[in-house]
Amino acid sequence: MTQVTTYTGVLDLAAGAFLLTAVLIVWRRELRAIVRLLAWQGVALAAIPLSVGLNQGDAALIAVAVVVLLLRAVVLPLLLARAVGTEDHERRESTPLVNTTTSLLITAALTVLAYAVTRPIIALDPSPATRAVPAAFAVILIAVFVMVSRRRALSQAVGFMMLDNGIAATAFLITAGVPLIVELGASLDVLFAVLVLGLLTGHMRRTFGGTDLDQLRELRD
Amino acid sequence: MSALAVVAAALQVVCVLAGAPLVVGGMRQVRARLEGRAGGGFGQPWRDLRKQMRKQQITPLGTTVVFALAPAVLAGSTLLIAAIVPLIALGSPLESAADLFGVVGLLFLGTVALTLAGLDTGTAFGGMGSSREITIAALVEPTILLAVFALSVPGESANLAAIVSATAHNPGQLVSPGSLLAFVALAIVIIAETGRLPVDNPSTHLELTMIHEAMILEYAGPKLAMVEWASGMRLTVLLALVANLFMPWGIAGADPSLLAILLGLAAISLKVALLAGFLAAGEVFIAKLRLFRVPELLAGSFLLALLAVTASYFLGTPTS
Repeated sequence: MTQVTTYTGVLDLAAGAFLLTAVLIVWRRELRAIVRLLAWQGVALAAIPLSVGLNQGDAALIAVAVVVLLLRAVVLPLLLARAVGTEDHERRESTPLVNTTTSLLITAALTVLAYAVTRPIIALDPSPATRAVPAAFAVILIAVFVMVSRRRALSQAVGFMMLDNGIAATAFLITAGVPLIVELGASLDVLFAVLVLGLLTGHMRRTFGGTDLDQLRELRD
Repeated sequence: MSALAVVAAALQVVCVLAGAPLVVGGMRQVRARLEGRAGGGFGQPWRDLRKQMRKQQITPLGTTVVFALAPAVLAGSTLLIAAIVPLIALGSPLESAADLFGVVGLLFLGTVALTLAGLDTGTAFGGMGSSREITIAALVEPTILLAVFALSVPGESANLAAIVSATAHNPGQLVSPGSLLAFVALAIVIIAETGRLPVDNPSTHLELTMIHEAMILEYAGPKLAMVEWASGMRLTVLLALVANLFMPWGIAGADPSLLAILLGLAAISLKVALLAGFLAAGEVFIAKLRLFRVPELLAGSFLLALLAVTASYFLGTPTS
């Protein structure tokens, strides 16, 4: 009995922290702080398969948790942190398309929307894990919002990573994880995507002196 | 309900009255020491109050009864909150009125009285302070209500005593995402509501930045003393309320003995002193936010409160 409630508690805390980091990423403007928060989100994400794996005694799931922890809490944030420019104006997100107050309220609306649309999924199989699915789904929606509302290349990359984190968390919560080989393939994909994004950002900064994507939309002489 | 429960409720009011200036003095002392100053000592707010009480009462020309009554309304509503919330013991004679929504209403009664008084003087600063205060209050109120709603989900009641005793019996629910988020949201709005850094600087009289001080600029003598005393009491009561909502240990039961009451008094004093110390120490490291950034902070805390509600309502750890 106590073991079951501890498992639920840890799972709920992990899902809550996962959602909270997404909200804080929307809130903060400092790029370094955003990358740090992304690392914490990786930790929260790894805690989900770990707690499920320990509860079900599934060694493969625990292995996946360790891989996820290494990749998403250590390697990817380090790669992104290297891509943050050292110039002063590069270290902060320039004014987002939507101001912070409105972004936070939109995030609130997206969270409620996530809870509303995932109710049929929870109704299929009400267990502690599926009950946390709305949090993961909310992260997916918030990530899409971050990707469309930010201007810097790096913050959009962070949005992409959040999107992938959210999809992974949803998979862990609904099906207790995809097969190991699929998970490894997806992780490798993300790793390469971030490597390419980091390279591109570096090239952009060297060529244009900035990574504000809005300035790259029109042709100039 | 025993006679001792009535004694406990009366003791709460007396302790808040006597302790509020000490809490304010203690916070100033902590801040002064951390900034390398000697500070005025714990008793300085009491000495200030005594000095102001002896002064002549001056009423600005053209002010009405609104200006004259506001300090009394502020102090009275705060004392009423001090009487009904469970600080020392649970079984207060006014317990059935100790609804969190009622407490929030009383809190805003005081705020509105003070804003009207600021407008009543007709000076530029009074109106500016009132407009700023009401902007913040309008943003704070939905957050407090949502956080309260999140807290009342596990206890299945908005009654404060029911929430506190539910938490005391089942401390495990404190580490659920719902109550953690509600704690952060409540902490932010209480900082905003009591006019502490980073929302308002309580020690400034610079016209560009002040909010609370601008409203009470026209008060002098005993009325100023009353407003400042009441602000201190609000801070004390809110800190004690947060302490008991999230750390309900040591509070006396519904039918307390004399020893339990004394124990409850010691526990709540310790908790408030700790919280006030942390708050004052934290304030040393932060600067005041620009006024236009304040809505950002409060929107953030609104979002946290909303997440707290969704977490405790939908995630809903099955009650074991």
